[in-house]
Amino acid sequence: MRRGAIVGLGLLAAMALALSACGDDGSGNARVTLKWFIFNEPSGAPQKIADRCSAQSHGAYDIRFEYLPSQADQQREQLVRRLGAEDSSLDLIGMDVVWTGEFANAGWIRPVPAATAAAVSKDVFPSVLKTATFKGRLYTVPIWSNTQLLWYRKDRAPTPPKTWEQMLAMAAKIGPAKGRFQVQANRYEGLVVLVNQLIESAGTAVLSGPTQVELAKPQTERALQVLGELSHSPEAAANLTTSTEDTARLAFEGGNSTFMINYPYVYPSAKADVPAIFKVLGAAKLPQVDADKPSKPPIGGINIGVSAYSKHPAEAFAAARCLVKPQNQIEVAQLGGLPPVRSDLYDRPQIEKTYPGFANLIRSSIEDAAPRPSISPAYQDLSLAIQEALHPTTGIDPKNVGPTYDRLHDYVEKAVKREGLL
Amino acid sequence: MSAIPIGKRRRGGKPPLSDKTRAERKLAFMLCAPAVFAMLLVTAYPIGYAIVLSVQKLDLRFPDEGGFVGLSNYKTVLTSPLWWQGVGNTALIAVISVAIELVIGMGLALVMHRAIFGRGLVRTAVLIPYGIVTVVGAFAWFFAFDPSSGFVDHLGIWSPDKAWFGSHGSSLAVIIMAEVWKTTPFMALLLLAGLATIDEGLYEAARVDGATAWQRFSRITLPLLKPALLVALLFRTLDAFRVFDSIFVMTRGSENTESVSIIGYDQLISRLNLGLGSAVSVLIFVLVLLIAFIFVKLLGTSSPVGQGER
Repeated sequence: MRRGAIVGLGLLAAMALALSACGDDGSGNARVTLKWFIFNEPSGAPQKIADRCSAQSHGAYDIRFEYLPSQADQQREQLVRRLGAEDSSLDLIGMDVVWTGEFANAGWIRPVPAATAAAVSKDVFPSVLKTATFKGRLYTVPIWSNTQLLWYRKDRAPTPPKTWEQMLAMAAKIGPAKGRFQVQANRYEGLVVLVNQLIESAGTAVLSGPTQVELAKPQTERALQVLGELSHSPEAAANLTTSTEDTARLAFEGGNSTFMINYPYVYPSAKADVPAIFKVLGAAKLPQVDADKPSKPPIGGINIGVSAYSKHPAEAFAAARCLVKPQNQIEVAQLGGLPPVRSDLYDRPQIEKTYPGFANLIRSSIEDAAPRPSISPAYQDLSLAIQEALHPTTGIDPKNVGPTYDRLHDYVEKAVKREGLL
Repeated sequence: MSAIPIGKRRRGGKPPLSDKTRAERKLAFMLCAPAVFAMLLVTAYPIGYAIVLSVQKLDLRFPDEGGFVGLSNYKTVLTSPLWWQGVGNTALIAVISVAIELVIGMGLALVMHRAIFGRGLVRTAVLIPYGIVTVVGAFAWFFAFDPSSGFVDHLGIWSPDKAWFGSHGSSLAVIIMAEVWKTTPFMALLLLAGLATIDEGLYEAARVDGATAWQRFSRITLPLLKPALLVALLFRTLDAFRVFDSIFVMTRGSENTESVSIIGYDQLISRLNLGLGSAVSVLIFVLVLLIAFIFVKLLGTSSPVGQGER
């Protein structure tokens, strides 16, 4: 028995050697297939630029797509299952901007090599680079960004409001039949986006370091007060506590609303769905919490990560570098309406044509944007904790926000220490 | 049947085994061995591994951490209001859905048992929901009740934009309805098998003595059906206690509709906290054991055969 096993092992080894020898012979000019795990962006822009990069690589690599679900939390769930099991089939990963801390800390993605890092950060917004960095190192390559604007109807509100309270006053003057405003306050990531921008605009932050809670009391309470006022306003959407980007867009297109906080995708949508409203559609900077402090718009978008378990990291980084070339960023903006991460591109006529009249607004919004606290490696826990502490936002008493503040602080503290069930 | 005499003989002292018996025993062991081995491999190992994980601090997102933490994961789970909310939800769903299933299932079983024509058609029709994949069934119910796609809000009974999944009570109600729709056929099938074992002669004798239909049902059918009934209840309760698919599809645990399985999934799959998640899994396992134990105790004392032997 034992001798047989040894002979068998020897045979296997010989076969393996022979096979690897064959592989060596072929690898001189063999194309490496890189698998890019990303959600299926409906415009098909990623496919176009990936094909172009594959063609331009002179046979070095070929990018293939593996599609993830359209919802961010489902995308993450599938990715972390594979990465937790050290799956080598992932090469490039289309990562939501809030996953960087978690993925980098777990050792699932490779830090970007210095030469590539210098090339891919050129002219990129500092706020965007912040979402791609963990503990001072660039871990992902930003490809497209996103931010929210205040959309309003010029026929009902000739000048856009500067602050949230001005907006509420203007809405109240118009009345609930036509003056409603749309935000995102369902129990999901969108609520964290809303809360984080209010807290940042009030002049504080959720975290000051990967595990340090900030949440300065007077500023956070001021932000919660605004959130409470929004939620109790008679002009708030009837479905406020289950509202998402899409329910907000549909309600605004329905005609009873004057204001909406949303991403730029609502612009082409209104153009196609409701030409009458599109004619009076205006865009402005996100409202401020206090008249003397600028607002801090949210930041979204996709960064490309290279899996730590990929067998072709060099080709993967070369591909990432190609995918974020200015020409490709412009094409993604033209096809999919997704804002570039390089600030210099906003002067190009193609971008001005994509965002007629508000390209500069998007640029200044991304410039001022404050990322969500994704420096925390436990961001997922943190996000769930914020949602649990504040949903439904109608439960916040704007005249007495103390209890809500204590609750939020307690939940965030626990999440950062990763205590308790979520 | 032969197990009882052997047991009785044993109690009186160990008689020497004949060569034939010994050879048969050996053969029996050898025939069982592969199955036992496979069972150990696929059940005992994962259960043991889950217990080992549950006493460790282990989070795939923090590969540098780790180590034995004793029962602290269990303490975290058992002191969390979320866990008890989940246990409450799960128990509520299990009790209500099994109770409704029992009543409807009994009715269906009687219909199938007494059906004179179209018996095959009736049985097939009743079984259809059970043959549908749970996730597909859950989506069907979700889309039926969702205000943007469903017909339920247009029945004219309530407001046309009632958000069924926007509150705790109505979400649970839809989940329970989906569960009942899906598994009543299983209940009916088990009860039908029990009905088939009851001697028709008993009913004839009762009829001759002038018993009413209700008396025949309550005095003959129910007592003789009790063993089958308890088996059906045991299966369904254990099944209902693991409810996952419907909740995952319809609410994903929002509006505090988490079941214990959803809580386990969130810790293990979404947070990758293997220590905490394994503690949740082990606690679910203990609860299931407890339910099974209670039912087996009930079964043991209730079957007419069992009472005779004692």
